[in-house]
Amino acid sequence: MRAALAGDNQAYKRLLTALAPFLRKIALRACARTGMSASEVEDAIQETLLAVHLKRHTWDPTQPLAPWLAAIARNKVIDAARRRGRRVETDIAPFEDILAAPDETEILERELDRQEALRLLDQLSPKQREAIEAVSIRGQSLRDAAAALGVKEGALRVSVHRGLKSLAELYRKSS
Amino acid sequence: MKTEDLIAALTADNETKAAPLSRTLALDLGLGFAASIAFFFAFVGLRDTFFISLDQPRFLFKFVFSLTMAASGLVLAWRLARPGANPGRAAKAVLLGPALVILASLVEMAVTPSGLWETRMIGHNALHCLTLIPLMSMAPLVGLFATLRHGAPTDGRRAGAAAALAAAGLSATLYAMNCPDDSPLFLAVWYMIATAIVVVAGWFAGGRLLRW
Repeated sequence: MRAALAGDNQAYKRLLTALAPFLRKIALRACARTGMSASEVEDAIQETLLAVHLKRHTWDPTQPLAPWLAAIARNKVIDAARRRGRRVETDIAPFEDILAAPDETEILERELDRQEALRLLDQLSPKQREAIEAVSIRGQSLRDAAAALGVKEGALRVSVHRGLKSLAELYRKSS
Repeated sequence: MKTEDLIAALTADNETKAAPLSRTLALDLGLGFAASIAFFFAFVGLRDTFFISLDQPRFLFKFVFSLTMAASGLVLAWRLARPGANPGRAAKAVLLGPALVILASLVEMAVTPSGLWETRMIGHNALHCLTLIPLMSMAPLVGLFATLRHGAPTDGRRAGAAAALAAAGLSATLYAMNCPDDSPLFLAVWYMIATAIVVVAGWFAGGRLLRW
């Protein structure tokens, strides 16, 4: 995370990729209690990743990362369950265990990845959607995507950022 | 969207950095408090006896009390602005202000004849106190809420209430420079009620406005 915040995008990608299975375990655990469906679990993971991303400036690098991540995950999972009108009881302890001692959930992960989450992208403005699709689904770098779309790199960067913020907002409101 | 696609988008967005919380806090709270200070000097003003009161312990205690509330509220709000942060002793420190005023009231009762207690408690301008403290706390409270929204408080109500305590403390500091009543008995009743109004409002507003 330190490297990521210092601008190392590859380190950031590795961190987020490593985080997804842990979040999935947390969400599945809550899911078992509340009866969330698998696609809702994937939504909760994406919402949490977005929150981690958009709030990464609130992590104090002098503090351990796990409690910070656990608090965000707990907050988002509770949110997701509450939106579905179910009571959920979560305490922070099991999350920290999971974050500290990960193990494989790969098969499940691959299966869940195939499931399409809510089509929230369609609700973004065309400009933001185009920007996010270019850097995510087509996996282009900001510079390549900007060249392909015929826009300035700075403008694309703003569109991506705004698009991600709108996406986080949509997740928050989606039921 | 697949999760791995989302991660690719987040990675691409890593270059867009948010301002650190400390800078946001300095800016938002600074602007908010500046607005209250401007309002105070434009419409309320120092009391006539302000400068000759500067050596009176009762007068000075008002600022010890209000600044204690402001500082303890601010520290707690700051701690609660980040996910997973442990508020620790900051949560108990908010009781320092009320404890001080209760202690001072006991001293006041020990040194003044009981016939004066009621007059001093009622004071001259309780209504002024009850309106001006909440009013002048609004701008700093908006500033603190802006900072908390930039942060990520996992308990919006508590963070909102802590921010409200800080804002009320700052506002009370301004109001104390105008208020003619210096008795701790007055503070214990009217300043405390005014602060409680702001804190309750902050609690409810925090629950609604500080979700993320």
